[in-house]
Amino acid sequence: MSGSQAATPWMKRSANPKLDRVMVTPEGVPLNVTIAPAGARVGALLLDLVMIQLISMFIALLCIVLAIPFLDGETDFQNLDGPLGLIAVFYLIASFLLLNGYFIFFELGYKSATWGKRAVGIRVASRDGSRLTAEAVIARNIVRSVELFLPLTFLDSVEAGGSLVDLTAWAGLLWLLMFMLFPLFNKDRLRGGDVIAGTWVIQDVKKNLGDIVAPSALAPEGAAPAASYQFSDEDLSVYGEYELQTLENVLRGDQEEALEKVAAAICQKIGWEPGSGDERIFLEAYYTALRARLERSMRFGRRRKDKFSAEEQAGG
Amino acid sequence: MSNEQALNAAVLRSDRFRLEREADWIRLEAIVTRMEKGQARLLSDEDVLALPTLYRTLLSSLSIARENSLDAGLIDYLEGLALRSYFMVYGTQSSFRRWLGSFFGGGWSRAVRAIQFDIWVALLVMIAGAVIGYILVAGDSDWFYALVPADFMDVRVPGASEEALRGTLFGAQEEGGLAVFAAFLFSNNAQVALLAFALGFAFAIPSILLLIHNMALLGAMLWVFAQRGLTVDFVGWLSIHGTTELFAILLAGAAGIHVGRSIAFPGAQSHLKAASDAGKRAALVMAGVIFMLICAGLLEGFARQMIDNTIARFGVGGGMLLLWLIYFFGFGREGRRPDA
Repeated sequence: MSGSQAATPWMKRSANPKLDRVMVTPEGVPLNVTIAPAGARVGALLLDLVMIQLISMFIALLCIVLAIPFLDGETDFQNLDGPLGLIAVFYLIASFLLLNGYFIFFELGYKSATWGKRAVGIRVASRDGSRLTAEAVIARNIVRSVELFLPLTFLDSVEAGGSLVDLTAWAGLLWLLMFMLFPLFNKDRLRGGDVIAGTWVIQDVKKNLGDIVAPSALAPEGAAPAASYQFSDEDLSVYGEYELQTLENVLRGDQEEALEKVAAAICQKIGWEPGSGDERIFLEAYYTALRARLERSMRFGRRRKDKFSAEEQAGG
Repeated sequence: MSNEQALNAAVLRSDRFRLEREADWIRLEAIVTRMEKGQARLLSDEDVLALPTLYRTLLSSLSIARENSLDAGLIDYLEGLALRSYFMVYGTQSSFRRWLGSFFGGGWSRAVRAIQFDIWVALLVMIAGAVIGYILVAGDSDWFYALVPADFMDVRVPGASEEALRGTLFGAQEEGGLAVFAAFLFSNNAQVALLAFALGFAFAIPSILLLIHNMALLGAMLWVFAQRGLTVDFVGWLSIHGTTELFAILLAGAAGIHVGRSIAFPGAQSHLKAASDAGKRAALVMAGVIFMLICAGLLEGFARQMIDNTIARFGVGGGMLLLWLIYFFGFGREGRRPDA
């Protein structure tokens, strides 16, 4: 799960490097995964609780609407019978299934995520890179009842009043806090259910394939406006991979202002006179030349991280 | 500009590499997006068959790109797509029906046999709980009011007359509300069972306490009926659903103890590994427990009120117990030779 940055240049560096992990697929290719931060987890949970509340209100309304035709003054709610009995049974079973089945049902799907998790872009996965089994999903969600629903019932009892009840409420609050803060005290942000099920929650990545970064370089030989720029070796030796990828972001972003600023900075660095009006073409040409140079060295096993470092021979 | 021309014109080798393979990546992405939306059925047969191949091609593209390309956007895209398709290829692909088949076809009973030791522990704890409840109430009947929640009492309190108690056992109440009663009992018992399992997380001690408390209640009730010589009738009344319900609670408690024990004493494995292995085994047992509690709820809601004599009640209760035992200890065994 660890590896020095130098040894594995492909290791991703996300906003919070502490949450970056490597998962090796059965094919032996290491993939970068990022653990979902605690904030995303809480957000997803709150969304799901709101969702459950809405569904349960809908079920209750449905039952009331269905029951109205059968109600009269003498209805005995202790011994419901006939159609009313059926409605009551439906309500009880549906409530139970909603509370215990909501998470399990959605996490068994292809997305391995509830609606709340989908909304914040996270998903459940098995910790060792194997298949996420139904057993694991069931286990992680049964434990939720102890982590969340049980202490909430403690807190609910506050309305009854009395000092002992206050004590219960405090105990419930303490309990809730203990389990809620549990993920913050381990490096993989596991909650109790994750520990028992061997799962973790990771960020879902959905990136679009952008266009070629410097399309002007694709123009037929000689006809490209970019071809009018010729960079010497010195001009290209001032930057490394980090700067190249920053330039890539600028080109992909395509903001007039940023392009001008970067073009000026590069011209200053390599001692050119900055022209104006065709910054984009200039930058694309420079980007292409720099990338060609760096990739060539890469094929010989030499990588240069950024402008401050010298080229490194891999394994050297 | 066509792809062909673009390929020829690309200055950078890594761009050429990308243009050559782009079509496959985009096709894979379309398949994966379809599947994520739950529309796997709409995929053509070629697409389904191509998925693993496309996935492996993508992994090799990713490995090559990492070594040869400095196009960060491209590598990010490939990383993301690789992870997404990995989850599709190795995702939870057992459909619910197939999982159910394997579950009842031996998976459940195997899981139950795997936690045998914990079942014996839970059984001892439950028997102890019932005995404790009985002895406490026998020593001082005020204990009864401490053990039994008020809504259970009605007439079943220490000192109640024989007729009153007999009435609770055989006074077949009017048929009204049986189904509602059954559903209510099911969801209530299921929550207790789920709790017994989940509390295993805290080294199983709360699971054990929960079992003891629930059984002490039963022991206390038993004493009330035993005082009036109704022991056998009470046990019969209880057995009709109790053999199933108590068995389910026994398994739930055992599952909790199993998890707690693995966390406390992981043996040669790491704590996390031991906990997750135990958790998955126990979860399988728990899924079965819910099923048993549904059966128990039906038996309790209907059969108990309809069958009004002790012999038949023992028959149904014993029959159910036998069924469960045969299923758990005879079903889904592998590699049994007929001559062994």
